[in-house]
Amino acid sequence: MDIGFIVEYIPLYVEAAKLTLGIGLIGIALSLIVGLLIAFIQYFKIPILRQMATGYIELSRNTPLLVQLFFLYFGLPKVGIRISSEGCAIIGLCFLGGSYMAEAFRSGMESVEKGQEESAFALGFRKSQVVRYVILPQALSVSIPALCANMIFLIKETSVFSVVALADLMYVAKDLIGLYYKTDEALLMLVIAYLIILLPISIVAAILERRIRYAGFGN
Amino acid sequence: MLTIRDVRKSFQENEVLKGVSIEVEKGDVVVILGPSGSGKTTLLRSINFLERADSGTLDWEDIHLDLKHASRKDVALIRKKTAFVFQNYNLFKNKTALENVMEGLTVARKVPKKEAEKIAKEALDKVGLSERYDYYPSQLSGGQQQRVGIARAVAVNPDIILFDEPTSALDPELVGEVLNVIKTLAKEGTTMIVVTHEIKFAQEVANKVVFMDGGFVVEEGSANEIFNHPKEERTQQFLRRILPDYDYAI
Repeated sequence: MDIGFIVEYIPLYVEAAKLTLGIGLIGIALSLIVGLLIAFIQYFKIPILRQMATGYIELSRNTPLLVQLFFLYFGLPKVGIRISSEGCAIIGLCFLGGSYMAEAFRSGMESVEKGQEESAFALGFRKSQVVRYVILPQALSVSIPALCANMIFLIKETSVFSVVALADLMYVAKDLIGLYYKTDEALLMLVIAYLIILLPISIVAAILERRIRYAGFGN
Repeated sequence: MLTIRDVRKSFQENEVLKGVSIEVEKGDVVVILGPSGSGKTTLLRSINFLERADSGTLDWEDIHLDLKHASRKDVALIRKKTAFVFQNYNLFKNKTALENVMEGLTVARKVPKKEAEKIAKEALDKVGLSERYDYYPSQLSGGQQQRVGIARAVAVNPDIILFDEPTSALDPELVGEVLNVIKTLAKEGTTMIVVTHEIKFAQEVANKVVFMDGGFVVEEGSANEIFNHPKEERTQQFLRRILPDYDYAI
């Protein structure tokens, strides 16, 4: 193990980690928005949009991110649409994550008992008010574990971004291996870098889960 | 005040209401009795559109509606004039007792928060829960939860309160506290329709009793008429079964 080598190339990993995290977070934020929109479309049973949402979810969940990225990066230019590497990465992550987030939101919303909705209707709530004041607050506490798991999953998925020429962590590690044959060192640093990014997120997620699960329900 | 005519409702093949009509005057306490599956609850739920009837009309002062085709606006109007107390309370699980009672005011009726809080506290005081404002439903007994449910109904100052078997989910020793609250409301002149199996309670507070069976109204009349001089064979049978010491004179 060449400690000198590791120390020398730490800054490269730091840069790559920033990129991984930056694109990961933007992608997660967008997929949360997409997921919530889709969950609403399904909850309100909006015609046409609802069928499109189902189609999207199936397409997104049953194709690998790698293939989705290939399509965006190599396929679309053939029809004249050119998107930057970062753009492809963010769109790809959002396309993949949106469906997972939608399913997490939907399962939360479906877990809210029918009676909760009925008593809100009986009090004169409009459907949108039922969602805002009754369904969502209760659904979120159920959805949080799944949402957190999806976030971690999405950050790990960023490891395929190197195929669209983004210098993420995986890219840097492969680069170093290719250039210097320092496989052990490069991979060790790769694992540590992912752990440094993901462990804090896991811990925060666990705390959040506990907080939200027990907050507001009095038990 | 409120007249419902010829309500019909089927669930798939099963026709639950086969043309039911009832009339409610201001100050009435209407008790609907009948065996399970007779359509009592469905009738009650059709009044505030928790269940969409297949046909029937609703007349309420100057409102005249077709139950099947009522618009969203009409539904909202009727729901704001009524309040519903559920068999299993259906309190908002993530809200305290006080918030549960306030919600119908602040969200659905746009009452300012301060005022809503005042009204909600008064309503909770009335049902004897002044010590429980900040408790969550899971921290309350069934009887207390149902009293919050009643406070929630009272707070919005409805013209009619609809009670759907308000004590059926309660432990026997908790039934009394809930019935007492309903009795107090009845004495104050609150108009209400109560679906219940509590015959003693019905005898005490009802000024009008409707006996339903198999999707029809079999017999209706004053409490005295129904309990002491039932005309229909089916009513007599039902009362005999439910009141072991029942003796009637025709």
